[in-house]
Amino acid sequence: MTLALEFDFGVVREYMFNDVILDGVWTTIQIAVLAQLIGVVLGVLFALMRVSGNRALGFAAGFYVWFFRGTPALLQLMILYLGIPRMFDNQTLTTELTAFRAAVIAFGVNEGAYMTEIMRAGILSVEGGQMDAGKSLGMTQLQAMRRIILPQAMRVVVPPTGNEFIALLKNSSVAFAIGLVELLGAANLIYSVNFNVMELLVVAGIWYLAITTVFSIAQAEIERLLAVSDRERPLTLVSRVLDLMAARRPL
Amino acid sequence: MSAPGAGPMLRCLGVHKHFGRLEVLRGVDLEVERGEVVVVLGPSGSGKSTLLRCINHLEKLNDGRIYVDGELIGYREVNGRLREDSEREIARKRSQIGLVFQRFNLFPHLSVLGNVMEAPVHVKKMPRKDAEAIARELLARVGLSAKADEYPGRLSGGQQQRVAIARALAMQPKLMLFDEPTSALDPELVGEVLDVMKSLARDTGMTMVVVTHELGFAREVADRAVFMAEGVVVEEGTPSEMFAAPREPRTQAFLSRIL
Repeated sequence: MTLALEFDFGVVREYMFNDVILDGVWTTIQIAVLAQLIGVVLGVLFALMRVSGNRALGFAAGFYVWFFRGTPALLQLMILYLGIPRMFDNQTLTTELTAFRAAVIAFGVNEGAYMTEIMRAGILSVEGGQMDAGKSLGMTQLQAMRRIILPQAMRVVVPPTGNEFIALLKNSSVAFAIGLVELLGAANLIYSVNFNVMELLVVAGIWYLAITTVFSIAQAEIERLLAVSDRERPLTLVSRVLDLMAARRPL
Repeated sequence: MSAPGAGPMLRCLGVHKHFGRLEVLRGVDLEVERGEVVVVLGPSGSGKSTLLRCINHLEKLNDGRIYVDGELIGYREVNGRLREDSEREIARKRSQIGLVFQRFNLFPHLSVLGNVMEAPVHVKKMPRKDAEAIARELLARVGLSAKADEYPGRLSGGQQQRVAIARALAMQPKLMLFDEPTSALDPELVGEVLDVMKSLARDTGMTMVVVTHELGFAREVADRAVFMAEGVVVEEGTPSEMFAAPREPRTQAFLSRIL
């Protein structure tokens, strides 16, 4: 018995910049960026509720984190996209809530739960004397949060947020399950016609690596900018590449 | 109670503060006149720092009242009972009281100039240009004009504390509180901070309450020394009197240990 290796690099090259694939790439990036933005906004909001000292607000934020971190993102997406429109049987809702919008909202709200915990850790990492100093100068708690605490928390928050964003880029592929043609969906669309399964999966893989690499470099750049106040270690390109290779949680 | 502009700058009446079961302040009475410099001495745990934190309402009182420039701090009187002020009102009153911390608490993400401009711009809503002019003038006064664009992390402890004093002064406070301002400093850096405080007292007539163990500073600058122990004021007097002939046994014991 012979084992014929059937893998055609020509197919990979041919589909690398195929329009359907490129649209998928763009959709994947859009979902991740928009969902991450929603996640950051919700994260700041709910983290502030958690550290506010107000019991009702703290409980509400705790409930949010408990629910959205405790159920799969895909389940939340299916509830939003398939369950709720059917439950209300509302024509406008069904047409307005496209698969793309549902994915952005569901992933954003899900991401917000993780960002809440990240932001909370960032806020708690800032020394208590900073809040005292802000207040002693006549700032309200919220003012001191915004001007003094949050900017300092950012340095702690950026690395895990980068991880979250990279995870979102990849995990957005589960939206494939509600028929959204993002990157993996685009590959699937093509290989179910031409049966070059492996080649198209390689195309998708190369694109995912390319996107995550670009955003990882952007993250390192943000971290460098945030470190201006203690500019002790100048980040060279080499150290940045080493950082990228050494780090990041596997999915 | 007296109107602003008349009467003592600071009045503490029967101030009580406890943390859980721990009674830190057990009825502190203290008056500070306008332009007066008062040093507060006492063993650690005697409630000195807590008293300062109560004066600008970083801590709530359990009983008693504190007036600054005739204005009740942290509370308002409604039908003879005290209600805590709104956060905005607390912040407004606090902005008139400068506090210098033992550990500086400069904002590490802002430059030295940014630290001093922060509150004038964002609390007083002063135009940036005016705030910068004031900030540069204050930095000159504490001898740090050259460091305006540095970040706090690059400064020595003594320099950081001088910036912290400039930052507090930028709000043009009526009263300055110093919470062991030199205790976290290396010995050779203490002098530069005390010098700034001395000139503040002499040249501007600022009303100051200084918690410190620096008896030399107390003797040279302070109008009055107050000795606290176990949450109450035990003894008051001019520094030279008190250091030479303390009346109370607890004052004697404390002074004999640090002199």
